[in-house]
Amino acid sequence: MKNKHEFLCINCPLGCILELTEEDGEILEIAGAECKVGEKYAEEEFRNPHRMVSTTVRISGGVLPLLPVVSAAPIPKVLVKEAVRALAEVEVDAPVEDGQVVYPNILDTGVDIISSRKLDSIT
Amino acid sequence: MSPVGKPDCMVIGAGPAGLGAALAAREAGLKDVMLIERDVELGGILPQCIHDGFGSIVFDEVLTGPQYAQRYIDQVQAADIDVKLNTMVLEMAPDRRITAVNSREGIIEFEPRSIVLAMGCRERTRHQIMLPGFRPAGIICAGAAQRDINIDGIMPGRRVVILGSGDIGLIMARRFTLEGAEVEGVYEIMKHPGGLSRNVVQCLHDYDIPLHLSHTVTFIHGRRRVEAVTVAQVGEDLKPIKETERLVPCDSLVLSVGLIPENELSLQAGVELDPVTAGPVVDESMHTSVDGIFACGNVVSVFDLVDWVTRTAEAAGRGAAEYVLGKKKIRAPIRVKPGRNVRFVVPQLVRNLGREIDLYFRVEHPERAVRARVLAGGEQVYSRKARMVRPPEMIHAQISAVNAAGKVKEIKLEVVSHEE
Repeated sequence: MKNKHEFLCINCPLGCILELTEEDGEILEIAGAECKVGEKYAEEEFRNPHRMVSTTVRISGGVLPLLPVVSAAPIPKVLVKEAVRALAEVEVDAPVEDGQVVYPNILDTGVDIISSRKLDSIT
Repeated sequence: MSPVGKPDCMVIGAGPAGLGAALAAREAGLKDVMLIERDVELGGILPQCIHDGFGSIVFDEVLTGPQYAQRYIDQVQAADIDVKLNTMVLEMAPDRRITAVNSREGIIEFEPRSIVLAMGCRERTRHQIMLPGFRPAGIICAGAAQRDINIDGIMPGRRVVILGSGDIGLIMARRFTLEGAEVEGVYEIMKHPGGLSRNVVQCLHDYDIPLHLSHTVTFIHGRRRVEAVTVAQVGEDLKPIKETERLVPCDSLVLSVGLIPENELSLQAGVELDPVTAGPVVDESMHTSVDGIFACGNVVSVFDLVDWVTRTAEAAGRGAAEYVLGKKKIRAPIRVKPGRNVRFVVPQLVRNLGREIDLYFRVEHPERAVRARVLAGGEQVYSRKARMVRPPEMIHAQISAVNAAGKVKEIKLEVVSHEE
């Protein structure tokens, strides 16, 4: 059965509405893109969309109560909510360096979650 | 009272603009650079902007706000710059006399040889958009909510309505959702979203949060705490259509309805403001109308990319150094006139066309298949095609040094159709 999926292209101010037609996972047509970048984007968003994850984790003994963290690379979009939930349970000890691994290999994606700033301890 | 300090350059505000300006002033040869910040740490708004998307121009990589700030904080701390945290500037006089206060030294006074204004901007509140209704707890600006959640670990609401689709509002829609709140929807009075399509997709579509275009909030209900808002569709005249009114139960209303450059100090010192940008009129060195006072970043005009804030900060820091070291030849300014489909241009003045100059501008309305061009004395000195231009996206145009620059009397920036 043929299915249509719509995506809003994010690659330039044009913001093309991309319409992808597929049958059993096989892409038949991508309409609406004014350039190749848009076509590639629609394909990626259909087959395997990825997103960066950024959130905070608790930090004990720090000058602030929370530490901002970010994934070292994008992870599959479907895992983002679960990743944030897993990180809600994490607490680290101050001090923390910028780029320090806070949670290795999140949800077996092979991607580490790292600290996105330096955060000193109170003392 | 302690003796009056006389730094070569005083930078007011240690967000991305202040950090960049202080470093640039130091690198350009000023020995005694002071950076004053009212918050407890350096970085300004960046430490709370935990999402990624910063630095693609300056660093050619995608960083989070804290990561972007960290790069400059590390450099400032290594650069022998006199940083004063927890210190608030109270007054700035036209002769550059500064009065500041902190709880350690009390009232302190300075007579800097140059000043760089880097106070950033503020959020528009419900009062600036004249939103009717009661005044309960639970009405909060998007940036303030961002600080509550990302810095202080406080959830300001559990069932949230967002008014305005600026980037911060969109980003907070995602953030509230990921932290377990329910975002009922985002309401935007205009026909188009105010933020980047990247944020519409990644912050709303990804989480099935509805975006109601041509809609606004017409009343806030609740005496002690927000209990509901009335929303309505608006007509072509942007006025609410009574029959479309709908009651939306919620405990918070988050506002993302624009930013205003923070220029109380600038006004005290008699700095001329541009009525369109609401920031100081500056030349290409970011020199304001008051001798020795420079300005950069969001205090000049609200930028959408921090990278451009940094670039203007570097120009201001270098400008201040040239001013203090006496290297700056003061030439008569030429006004940069906004032409067809150009809302404003920063800098508004150019003094020396003999060097490379960065111009930043916004268009008045969306337009396809255009060419942005700069005419100096009638001669085209810059031209670039764009498939699409939109008001939310600031456009950068770098003009190379112009020959016979001294003869130019007028500069015009305009957006015309491809063919012209």
